[in-house]
Amino acid sequence: MAPKLPPQPPLQHSTTAVADGQSHGHAAPPKGIFRWLLTTNHKEIGTLYLIFSLTMFFIGGIFALVVRAELFQPGLQLVEPEFFNQMTTMHGLIMVFAAVMPAFTGLANWMIPLQIGAPDMALPRLNNFSFWLLPVSFTLLLSTLLMPGGGPNFGWTFYAPLSTNFAPPSTTFFILALHIAGISSILGAINIIATILNMRAPGMRLMDMPLFVWTWLITAFLLIAVMPVLAGVITMMLMDINFGTSFFDAAGGGDPVLFQHLFWFFGHPEVYIMILPAFGIVSAIIPTFARKPLFGYASMVYATAAIALLSFLVWAHHMFIVGLPLVAELFFMYSTMLIAVPTGVKVFNWVTTLFRGSISFESPMLFALAFVVLFTIGGFSGLMLAIAPADFQYHDTYFVVAHFHYVLVPGAIFAIMAGVYYWLPKWTGHYPNEKLAQWHFWFSIIGVNLTFFPMHFAGLAGMPRRIPDYALQFADFNLLSSIGAFFFGASQLLFVLGVILCVRGGKKAPAKAWEGAEDLEWTVPSPAPLHTFEEPPVFHRTSH
Amino acid sequence: MDDQEQASVGVRRTVIRTVAVLVGMFGFAFALVPLYDVFCQITGINGKVDATAQSIVHEEVDESRYINVQFITRGSPGLPWQMSVEMRQMSVHPGQMAEVDFTFTNNSPSESWGRAVPSVSPSTATTHLRKISCFCFQEQHLQGDERLTIPLVFQLSRDLPTDINTITLVYTLYPVEHTIQSASLDNMLNHSSKNSTKSDLQIYLKNDPKNNKAAGEAI
Repeated sequence: MAPKLPPQPPLQHSTTAVADGQSHGHAAPPKGIFRWLLTTNHKEIGTLYLIFSLTMFFIGGIFALVVRAELFQPGLQLVEPEFFNQMTTMHGLIMVFAAVMPAFTGLANWMIPLQIGAPDMALPRLNNFSFWLLPVSFTLLLSTLLMPGGGPNFGWTFYAPLSTNFAPPSTTFFILALHIAGISSILGAINIIATILNMRAPGMRLMDMPLFVWTWLITAFLLIAVMPVLAGVITMMLMDINFGTSFFDAAGGGDPVLFQHLFWFFGHPEVYIMILPAFGIVSAIIPTFARKPLFGYASMVYATAAIALLSFLVWAHHMFIVGLPLVAELFFMYSTMLIAVPTGVKVFNWVTTLFRGSISFESPMLFALAFVVLFTIGGFSGLMLAIAPADFQYHDTYFVVAHFHYVLVPGAIFAIMAGVYYWLPKWTGHYPNEKLAQWHFWFSIIGVNLTFFPMHFAGLAGMPRRIPDYALQFADFNLLSSIGAFFFGASQLLFVLGVILCVRGGKKAPAKAWEGAEDLEWTVPSPAPLHTFEEPPVFHRTSH
Repeated sequence: MDDQEQASVGVRRTVIRTVAVLVGMFGFAFALVPLYDVFCQITGINGKVDATAQSIVHEEVDESRYINVQFITRGSPGLPWQMSVEMRQMSVHPGQMAEVDFTFTNNSPSESWGRAVPSVSPSTATTHLRKISCFCFQEQHLQGDERLTIPLVFQLSRDLPTDINTITLVYTLYPVEHTIQSASLDNMLNHSSKNSTKSDLQIYLKNDPKNNKAAGEAI
């Protein structure tokens, strides 16, 4: 890397960013659909990722609403149990693999080159390929719903032998779709690592990088480590189904519990893949609107790395009831609780950053603050689930559903929305309509809590998850959850409206759209021109 | 351009390394399958009992405690057999030898092959359950509507942890699609004498599709 430079004056915008998108050395992009099919520009690909993710968020959301509509009251009213199972499964798969993960990849595509002062991603053509794999994969996955025997109906965790011996015939398509989505994530991760490690602005050390870049670097390493394991598991399933092997079939000497070990060896790091970039976004937004540098930058980096390392040692806490020996129960219980320590460090740092800050409550900040509070609630219910003897009671109940929805909806998804509101001025050159965004926030936060908080009580009272019908005593909790879900779902239309209005017009945003924003992306004009940082900027070390 | 060249060399290096990790992790996922088996075999964690006969250990019977041994039998789809046990549970002292009869019944008119796979719960007892003779060591063959009674001879070792009072032994029947292997021939030779010649003959005849009909007539 470049030698350390003496302090330099802050970056001049005009020399680094060219206002006209099609500047010297760039051929005019093809017109029409080919512009988007063939683009290698990180900003355009980022936009494609975000639009894809938003579309899938609504499709997965509609599946969730089918589930909530059926659970509105006890008894079977709207759908067949078989179709209900397909809806719960597809909701999970779509939200995890097609909504949350691509949204973070989209944000990474847009923001990482801007935040480290790189002209583009390291491997732009690969970037295009990894995006266009996604529509292929999820069209294939969604098409299984129309196939004879229906789509996947074994839950998003696809435990064998439910997903092998007793699976619908479309399962082979499900496996192929997941393989393609996995390849897409892996290629995206390689690209992100290559970009961050090799293309930083001269003078920017690793410990100078914004936290969003740091969290994504660690997330990308997690992806590289565990996506191949997922690929391995589904390949074994494929062979069990079609080629007569018996990896997971006890009749042939296999072991169904092995499936769960392999799946959760992938699955637990996967849940951190869905939350670490959220930590990065929140760590960018809170200092901006508290107008203070982030408290404990280095400890944030180390805490993130610690969470990532621990995530490889806790997988069997999803399997406390499979009959693990006592030693293993204790090991996985304690190692899981250990994760609360670095996570606590992060929450402490965010709160301390707020302390004595001059805080203003624009929409990105509202979502970020809601993230801190509600993610912590989800973290605490996770701590309860980590207690092995208590988990025997909670396992596979709505308490688990409440827990992971608290960390994923007001956790990951609120962070994504916070990031979108935060960076929209940079993307479009306009501020989003603040009043609309505030309505969106307050409706969302009421909807989210109304939907998921009663699930804690239903679960503690013993309501099992993944069932289309339930005992009468759970009726009130489910009624509240269903009302909340429809309220939350409808209020997301305000988000779409806000984004569309912001793209079309609105209050003009300057290069530095938020008063307290410090990172490199705020040195280029708003909207960011198609090509930025063609001459590497000189990094001016600020605070951390 | 020096920086740019340096960067592209760096990118190539990063890509090569990450791809190497990817390939390694994909291989690791498959390597976990045998590793898991070995791990479970050593520790007995998944309740899989040693599938070979063990010799009797002549040790003093620990008459200070009784262990309740329960037997559960299960069929599985694809094999029209029923498996039953003469008693659902029995009490034994650690060190004492015990015998219990299991009966296999073929409910269909055609012959078939099956295997009873054992599992022990709690898993910590797995390594303390010694089987001297068990039908689970080999595949079973039943003629149409045949009924076969085979004993299980076992012994609990004296060092069975004292916190274990009940051991459950589950047998699950699985169909075996039979192909000729030297291993199964060996099994046949170990079979009780009254069946062996018949079975051997049958296997040899079954091996050749042309002889199938003849075999049926010969037997």
